[in-house]
Amino acid sequence: MTAEPPANPWLSWTYVQDNAAEISRYLVQHASLTVQATVVALLIAVPLAAIAHLRPRLAGLVLGTSGILYTIPSLALFALVYPYLRDRRTTVLTGLVLYALLLIIRNTLVGLQGVDPDVRDAARGLGYGRWRLLLTVELPNALPSVMTGLRLASASTVALVTVGVVIGYGGLGQLMFRGFSSGYHAQIMTATLLCLVLALVLDVVLALIGRLLTPWARSALAP
Amino acid sequence: MSYLALALTWLNDPLNWSGPDGVVALTVEHLTMSFLAVLLAAVVALPIGIGLGHSGRAARVGTATVMTTNVSRALPTFALLTIFASTGIGFGDRPTVLAAAVFALPVVLATAYSGIRGVDVDVRDAARGMGMSGRRVLMQVEIPLAGPMIAAGLRTAAVQVVATIPLAALVGGGGLGRIVVEGFGTQQYGQVIAGGALVAGLCLVVEGVLAVGQRVLTPRAVRSLHAG
Repeated sequence: MTAEPPANPWLSWTYVQDNAAEISRYLVQHASLTVQATVVALLIAVPLAAIAHLRPRLAGLVLGTSGILYTIPSLALFALVYPYLRDRRTTVLTGLVLYALLLIIRNTLVGLQGVDPDVRDAARGLGYGRWRLLLTVELPNALPSVMTGLRLASASTVALVTVGVVIGYGGLGQLMFRGFSSGYHAQIMTATLLCLVLALVLDVVLALIGRLLTPWARSALAP
Repeated sequence: MSYLALALTWLNDPLNWSGPDGVVALTVEHLTMSFLAVLLAAVVALPIGIGLGHSGRAARVGTATVMTTNVSRALPTFALLTIFASTGIGFGDRPTVLAAAVFALPVVLATAYSGIRGVDVDVRDAARGMGMSGRRVLMQVEIPLAGPMIAAGLRTAAVQVVATIPLAALVGGGGLGRIVVEGFGTQQYGQVIAGGALVAGLCLVVEGVLAVGQRVLTPRAVRSLHAG
């Protein structure tokens, strides 16, 4: 390191003020990608997990396939998908959904399989059919586990969005990349901190939703 | 279809495989960086994880460890890469290895900790009762029994690192990611797909080799214990 160039702090409120519009645009892009991907993944993962639960023979196939998809690095996935889709947002979304899938499927399946056998027996004894048992007994019982998967998925999705940089659609990752290219420290750090804040906010929101959806768990915990 | 053909053409060109920027050299670089990162993470995290698990008084620290693991999930590797690459740590491969090691660290630490903690209390008591010192309990009972779990942690970390290293190409580092990033830069989508396939293939191969290796190296007795 030679003589110190002009101040290049990691944290700079001036930077945030001067670039508020741009920062919020990328933040919105990042947040909307994360939320959209997590919701789509949830809508695909829960039925898949339910099928795997009803037909245990398919469980290996479902988990295996999503496991392999999860092993493929996001950079490679974007590379394989983008030339065909030719749409930046759709490409990033596809990747994010595929990665969130495994986390949600796995946790949902664990939740479904962990339902108290007595509860299941009781429902059976009341004459519940297989589907009614699944929809009105097992899935509600598995909710805490589903929510855990959802929280894991949202946190890792926030981080993964940044890889979208490779096709120029990486939310806050774009800011990090530009900060890196121009050696602007504040830009990198601001984007990084915003990622963490976004993940934290989403986690808190999901935790609250989880509490609202499972009022019985709350009353059971109360003294 | 035409992209796939282009990708195959790219892969079929021997010039793309040899030389300092060829697939072979980049793969070697990729694996070397991965190995260094996992090694670095293991050297730092294993003693801490094993120590915490052994002392047993550190339940709260253990919880904190697991929490850190979860939080680190949200910290983008890419963020850490750009931060490291723009500090004095330097360009190229060094910041990448460091960033990948930082990400492998919590995984190794958490599995080492819970592996040691998970050793049956009765077994530990029996070893104590036989007059073993704390050190011998650790070396001859706890670590061997926690072995498979620790190995599983290292395996997860290794696969994760191999999958993370391609990001280095975005900040001027090496490894197989270079092919993809270069392809995007020049809009050679055949090359992009070829690079993506190579990176994905490498990850799947590493995962497979480690899975087999772990199975072969686990003693038969321990293997049946974990089969259930």
